[in-house]
Amino acid sequence: MFEQVVTSFIASAAFGVLFNAPKQSLIKCGLVGMIGWVLYYGLVEIEYDSIFATLVAAFVVGVISQFFAKRYKMPIIIFTIAGIIPLVPGGLSYDAMKHFVENDYNVAVQLAAKVCMLAGAIAMGIIFAEVMNQLMIKYNRRKQSEKGAPLK
Amino acid sequence: MEDQRSLNSIIDVCLLAGKIMLENGAETYRVEDTMIRIASAFGCKESQSFSTPTGIIFSLDGDYPISKVIRISHRSTDLHKVTLVNSISRSVTNKELTVREAYIKLKELEKANVAYPLWIQIFAAFISSGCFTIMFNGQWNDFIWACIAGGLGFACLLHLHRLLEVRFFAEFIASFVIGVAAFWFMYIGLGSELDKIIIGAVMPLVPGLLITNAARDLIAGHLVSGLAKGADAGLTALAIGAGIAVAFVIL
Repeated sequence: MFEQVVTSFIASAAFGVLFNAPKQSLIKCGLVGMIGWVLYYGLVEIEYDSIFATLVAAFVVGVISQFFAKRYKMPIIIFTIAGIIPLVPGGLSYDAMKHFVENDYNVAVQLAAKVCMLAGAIAMGIIFAEVMNQLMIKYNRRKQSEKGAPLK
Repeated sequence: MEDQRSLNSIIDVCLLAGKIMLENGAETYRVEDTMIRIASAFGCKESQSFSTPTGIIFSLDGDYPISKVIRISHRSTDLHKVTLVNSISRSVTNKELTVREAYIKLKELEKANVAYPLWIQIFAAFISSGCFTIMFNGQWNDFIWACIAGGLGFACLLHLHRLLEVRFFAEFIASFVIGVAAFWFMYIGLGSELDKIIIGAVMPLVPGLLITNAARDLIAGHLVSGLAKGADAGLTALAIGAGIAVAFVIL
């Protein structure tokens, strides 16, 4: 588990470099990626379905990214990307592709469908986080209506 | 008094900000939002923006309605520039910058090169490839081979990108190189699991940003740009898959 924590942190921060995220955000990118991946990995370890694990991890990544974006006044996309990258089903899509090449279409189509489900779970997780954020903004605005909406 | 000329310079500032953001991988809804915010900070309350990944239409309403179109032909990922435009637009909405100053700042930013040095980018691809191999339950003795294959593939991608305009071809060749390198490491008996090496090494090429952007755009109701970005991501994934597949078939 320890090596998962370290490698996911480094991988996410390195992805920040590939997307040319600002220098001061790299550590935070690594942090978001690490939290998302450890959550996913932990949930899969205790035998939750990988789709559910992805959904939860993506949701948490979305929430943390919203928080960081507001706190450090940076576009949210910097943090969501770094957090999402480890969850992208790269291994599974590779497997699917391999079975396609080997003309094993039965397995390949099954795997490809699973990849689609996982991609959908990532999107849904991020969207849930966004919806929750908007609800919170609306709630806060109602509470103190003189304050303008924060720039996302 | 808003005369034609000041409207013209306001629309130029908005379009330039939008152009820089779109070219560097911002979400469409954020681009439109930023442009409308800038316009309203300069006193144009009614403005309409329609942006897609390949172009922006922007118009200011009022006594002298005016609209312009801008074409986006080149797209890459540079989140630092998006951040900088974001902070410029923030100071515009706080009325800290005039139209002229904002335009000059954006123009400077458009030309500026804020990217990390090449070797750092390749090193990042190198190290992240190895880390992904471990994350996908690979073994530690595959770490270094995944690093090398991934770094090599990414260096190929950067180089080919500069050489030719067709992005999918560059991605295809890069993943082909990764496939060949991984096969070769296995062939001379260095790695232990071919699959894990390839999966790790391919990760720096995966269109993660595009996929997330596409989903966010679709949900925000930007159906056109969401679908366009989805298609872009799909093509990239196809190119990567095809590169690896060709390596499989011929080796």
